[in-house]
Amino acid sequence: MAIALQQTSTRPKTGVLPWRRILTRLASGALVLWAAVTIAFFTLQAIPGDIADILAGEQTYPGLKEAISAEWGLDRSVFEQYLAFLGRLLSGDLGTSYVQRQPVADVLAAQVWSTVELAVVAGIVGAVLAVVLAVVSIGRSRVVRSAMSTLELVFTSVPTFWVGILLLMVFSFQWRLFPVAGANGWQSLVLPVVTLALPTAGFLAQVIRESMERTLTEPFIVTVRARGVAESLVLLRHALGHALLPVMTLVGGVIGGLLGGAVITETVFGRPGIGTITLGAVTGKDIPVVMAVVLFAALIYVVVSTVLDILYTIVDPRLRAQR
Amino acid sequence: MTDLLEKTRADAAPAFPTPVASPPRKRRRRVAPSVAVAGVFVVLLLVAVAVPQLFTAVDPYRAVPTEGLKAPSAEHWFGTDRLGRDIFARVVHGARYSILIGLAATAIAVVAGSIFGLVAGLSGRLIPGRFGLLVDETFGRLFDVISSFPAVLLAMVVVTFAGPGVQNIAVAIGIASIPMYGRVVRSQTLLVTRADFVTHAAVYGRTRRRIVAEHVLPNVLVAIPVLAAIDVGASILAVSGLSFLGLGPQAPIPEWGVMLAESRDVLRIAWWGGVFPGLFITASVIALTVLGRALQRHIDGRSS
Repeated sequence: MAIALQQTSTRPKTGVLPWRRILTRLASGALVLWAAVTIAFFTLQAIPGDIADILAGEQTYPGLKEAISAEWGLDRSVFEQYLAFLGRLLSGDLGTSYVQRQPVADVLAAQVWSTVELAVVAGIVGAVLAVVLAVVSIGRSRVVRSAMSTLELVFTSVPTFWVGILLLMVFSFQWRLFPVAGANGWQSLVLPVVTLALPTAGFLAQVIRESMERTLTEPFIVTVRARGVAESLVLLRHALGHALLPVMTLVGGVIGGLLGGAVITETVFGRPGIGTITLGAVTGKDIPVVMAVVLFAALIYVVVSTVLDILYTIVDPRLRAQR
Repeated sequence: MTDLLEKTRADAAPAFPTPVASPPRKRRRRVAPSVAVAGVFVVLLLVAVAVPQLFTAVDPYRAVPTEGLKAPSAEHWFGTDRLGRDIFARVVHGARYSILIGLAATAIAVVAGSIFGLVAGLSGRLIPGRFGLLVDETFGRLFDVISSFPAVLLAMVVVTFAGPGVQNIAVAIGIASIPMYGRVVRSQTLLVTRADFVTHAAVYGRTRRRIVAEHVLPNVLVAIPVLAAIDVGASILAVSGLSFLGLGPQAPIPEWGVMLAESRDVLRIAWWGGVFPGLFITASVIALTVLGRALQRHIDGRSS
């Protein structure tokens, strides 16, 4: 009796959210974003060579550099430039492309959907494939399990661009099933999606399987089995959802991987998108565009992982208890 | 917790064979065939890195225009590329670039990550008051910031500023993996500094410097080799990807990613150029990962 009383007294109040935890997580997400922006700004400052020189390019005549400095605000103090930079970012102004001479936001907005389409579809396909791989391999014979883990190892070890090249050779050149390049209709999306989904699936399948194996040893699974629930239902209905929760915290990293992989995939398939723009900007030293893409990626990562971490603490009451 | 401590202590103890403990020694584990194959492949790869001439006498840069785009044959095992260069010779000589840049990137990440992780872990422990915690926290946030950028994009930023090239992409890929090593070394440092044997050493009147050098460092650094062995494959993969994008070593260097990029224009008529370099990247990454995991199992199994 005494024990039972004690337990109820230490139990967290249901319905009360762990506000302190949530606020701390929000603050640290904001801090990381601010630090990323600040590092980006000071890296820009530390570039060897004058930005005005890069902007001037091949041309030289007296007064040109001064005019450029005034136009781009390079003649003000570093701190003033930093504040202006922060202010512009907050109002959604990502700067002006050195090469294309138009707002970076416009340059990116024109191409962003092609990349989002690729990354989202590839992410979904990869996640589904990972769940299938993990669920199929669990509780099976040693042969099946080792075949599955070999498959995952191959998926994570194959270079993305080589998968793309092989797919092109087989499906576009040999069988002529899918177009070689471009972004017109769903046919042109199939090969890039497969290319990008495979490494994602390989990585996620490993994590999900480990998490499922841990979950299956938990007492509640014994209870479910004792009720006589069929093994497949135990796996799909009880263990899977439980096992996916901790995997959620990795989703931010997976999205980052998809964005990075999109750069390579778009190059292989000659697909327009953020990746193609970034690669062009890197070779053309178009720093505002590169910075905008990188900060955009960091923003997505921080927002997604912050939101998921918070959701995780809300969904999982065990985390509320241990404060 | 005690479990982990014993593990680090067992690793730190010199491995003298004790005459008493002979029964467990009998049980020598057989090397799995996959690990053996991976080991042989990695050894061959390292030989190719050191002395590529052992495998082929052909000059990887010698172009024979009349021999362009020949299919694989007894003379050219992997065929020839558009300029009539022998692809087998180029793959063998390319190991030097692909593997060494990957190793260099890992080395950069290990060294920087270990230093950052140690400073973060130790300052939280050794510097009293808020300042120590602040240093620790700062490094933690620094790791968060670095890992919030996708590795490929971070590397592209480095290349934008420093220009393409072998050293630059090694640094670029290295920076991206610093947080992983930094976090592991930091948590390992916190763990070791809490261990009983460190307290004992302090009770015996050892100076802080000696405790850190003799007890903390060796026990923290044992965690590194396994991590590095598993991560080298990922570094090689990342390096080949950047080279493919044209941000690493430039043609005519026979780096595998560069070779694949060059093969793209002639894929329709010459599949061999797009197959063999990729096969070697994949095989290297798989072999190194298998070896790394075997090493991890070996070290984990030794303490249990």
